Amino acid sequence: MLRITDLTKRYGTGELVLKGLTLEIGGAGLTAIIGSSGAGKSTLLRCINRLVEPTSGSIVVDGVDVTGLRGRRLRHARRSIGMIFQGFNLIDRLSVMENVLSGRLGYVGFAQALTRRYPQADIDRAFTLLERVGLQDFVNTRADTLSGGQRQRVGVVRALMQDPKILLADEPTASLDPKTSQQIMSLTRELSEELSLPVLVNIHNVHQAKEFADRVVGLRYGTIIFDGAGSDLDDAALDRIYEGTAGRGDEHGDETVGADARGGTVASP
Amino acid sequence: MSAAPPKRTWRKPPAIANPVLRYGLLGLTFGYLYWAVASLPFDWNRIVQGFPRAVRIFGNAIPPEFARSQLMITGFTESIQMAIIATLIGVALSVPVAVMAARTISPTPVYLLGRAIIILARSFHPVIVAIIFVKAVGFGALAGILTLIVYSLGFVGKLLAEAIEEVDYGQIEAIRASGAGYFKVLVYAVFPQILPRQVGLSIYQLDSNLRASAVVGVVGAGGIGGTLMNAFRRFDYDFALAILMVLIAIILVSEGISGRIRRGLT
Amino acid sequence: MTLGERERAEPYRWQRFTLAERLGRFLIYLVSAAIVFWALRTLDVFWPWVWSAPTEIADLFGRMTPPDLRRGDEILRAMLETIHIATLATFLSLFIALPTAYIAAQNTTPNGVTLWIGRFILVATRSVNTIIWALLFVAIFGPGVMAGILAIAFRSIGFTAKLMAEAIEEIDRKPVEAVVAAGGDKGKIVLYGIVPQVLPTFLAVTILRWDINIRESTVLGLVGAGGIGMILQGAIDTFQWQTAATILIAILIVVILGEVVSSALRKRVI
Ligand SMILES: Nc1ncnc2c1ncn2[C@@H]1O[C@H](COP(=O)(O)OP(=O)(O)O)[C@@H](O)[C@H]1O
Ligand SMILES: [Mg+2]
Repeated sequence: MLRITDLTKRYGTGELVLKGLTLEIGGAGLTAIIGSSGAGKSTLLRCINRLVEPTSGSIVVDGVDVTGLRGRRLRHARRSIGMIFQGFNLIDRLSVMENVLSGRLGYVGFAQALTRRYPQADIDRAFTLLERVGLQDFVNTRADTLSGGQRQRVGVVRALMQDPKILLADEPTASLDPKTSQQIMSLTRELSEELSLPVLVNIHNVHQAKEFADRVVGLRYGTIIFDGAGSDLDDAALDRIYEGTAGRGDEHGDETVGADARGGTVASP
Repeated sequence: MSAAPPKRTWRKPPAIANPVLRYGLLGLTFGYLYWAVASLPFDWNRIVQGFPRAVRIFGNAIPPEFARSQLMITGFTESIQMAIIATLIGVALSVPVAVMAARTISPTPVYLLGRAIIILARSFHPVIVAIIFVKAVGFGALAGILTLIVYSLGFVGKLLAEAIEEVDYGQIEAIRASGAGYFKVLVYAVFPQILPRQVGLSIYQLDSNLRASAVVGVVGAGGIGGTLMNAFRRFDYDFALAILMVLIAIILVSEGISGRIRRGLT
Repeated sequence: MTLGERERAEPYRWQRFTLAERLGRFLIYLVSAAIVFWALRTLDVFWPWVWSAPTEIADLFGRMTPPDLRRGDEILRAMLETIHIATLATFLSLFIALPTAYIAAQNTTPNGVTLWIGRFILVATRSVNTIIWALLFVAIFGPGVMAGILAIAFRSIGFTAKLMAEAIEEIDRKPVEAVVAAGGDKGKIVLYGIVPQVLPTFLAVTILRWDINIRESTVLGLVGAGGIGMILQGAIDTFQWQTAATILIAILIVVILGEVVSSALRKRVI
């Protein structure tokens, strides 16, 4: 499904953030990537859908090498990769339904997108998914009036609307309170099973990683130093992953994502 | 034990510590003022005559003469029409220019072109733009409308470009991640975020255009400005005062309405 | 995928706006369209001129190139005159703007009458455009720089005084209370409680207005009130388009320089 080979990434600042990663994700199941802040988790995930440009290596998603794709072919590849963001990244001023339908933007034409005339199948799917996550009463509510948990569920639905072959989630629960965070993780887990969808989650919380993931990948300074079942993640392994780094994150990490695409000048919250 | 405490004095330290710089700047300022006044061609004789003239002009102007209201209505109507049409077209054109001039979403050559358009449109006073358009397309409202379009383009374009540069980039990334191309990203991630700003700016610009439409007429570009200019030429100061009073009233009303709508928006 | 396959008797429907919203929007569009239609229909526009406008404008720019530098000296002198007018007028306007700001700010004005006088000065000077002030002063003092300086100065009063009055109204009350508690009278309150707080804003506003005034003083000459506008008008009237182009470029340079200087200075004072 996803095969990453010798992936490296060097930002404009010169530092090697990913140091030749090789990783293969088979079929369905939830894979957690853990590691302290700055280990390169976000960079890894964002290389997969090319929000960040990999420096070298190859990333094959569903048989297509996405590195080097441009224009239409890149956009088509992105359709099959859903992404859930830490900060939800909903379009605040649009309604829940418009946000959800925006997951179909890779499929519909520009005029359809502009006038919001989506195919009936998309609308059906949107309602089904919204009902599934319990948001059927918020269809025409503006996204910025929702609570954090509700917003992230919209984020999940938007990603699923893409009909993705794989789902990426970059610390999807780091902006949520512990209880909501737990709900979103179980929702993700359930949906992964229902849709037999492989899910790749960056996660800051080791307990959640153990609880929800079938497989845990430990990242440290851009290198994979652990790869195994959640139950194998003992204290010794954790020490290796977090040793001498910023922390054993149950805390919220600082995010530097997004700056790359803007020429590295501005840091996003 | 018995030594008297030393006598201390205190003065506020000067704003500029270096005395040379301090007095130098002061001297420079006065030197400049002297130079400016001395080098300008004042015609003191004529200026002295001005005071009795001022008395005569205000004597003639009061009471203001509202009898030629038909002329006034025509002029003001034309000004308002010019302002409306120019705002519509100018604001519409300012959107693509603002997108071009937003550093975050445009490639550098396009960005520079967009900035250049905005700087050109903003650097020239509307009256100067108007006199050029009058020569190019003739006297009348058309020249005025073109002028106000340029004026709107510069102002709205600049502020809108800044608004685009400040949008939340995460929303753009989210839309991009779904496989959307450039224009879909604009429509879904950028425009919704700048819409409130855009509406506010358009209403503000309508108000500004109304003000400006009253002055471009002074150089023949239509509207009430021409009527006012003629009144001054013919020494009809009472009519000029009447026009001015109505003009101020309209500006105040328009400013009030525009301010209220914009406050209601946010 | 299992999720989308559930059968439903009726298809889901979704529309971007509810019926009422759509009606409301339609109404707004209708009214706007009607206003625009009215404006276009009754406006005295000679349509053939509209269609030929692009060619005419292109033609004009053609006649402007290449810019003619022969009258460079004269243009330079007029440009300097324009800057002098702007600077002197800004300086002059402060003498009226400062007291006006003082009486137009609610927390410093002596009484209700002075407040209204202050506000009247703000409105009256701000609502009359520079070029209209210039018409008036040319009528009084004759053509020349005096009319120009006064026109710019008068227009500036309302702008600067308004922003200054707002700065006074927004001061922190605590230092004022401290001065009152120490037994200070009105003058001392102003000196120690208010001036230190508003001084940076006052400087910034003055510099900003100076920058605006440079742009404004380029047009004074079109009604005979001095500055570069005079020779621009002359060049245009005699169809010396290449000279006019040089003048326009000179204006562009000076205005941009003014903006650069002004924003650099304002950064320093704040
Ligand atoms: N856009 C960027 N430009 C430059 N450096 C970046 C950028 N994004 C991340 N980095 C750097 O790359 C390293 C890894 O960051 P990131 O992938 O966000 O780690 P994580 O998600 O594990 O916290 C950090 O040292 C960070 O400073
Ligand atoms: Mg991260």
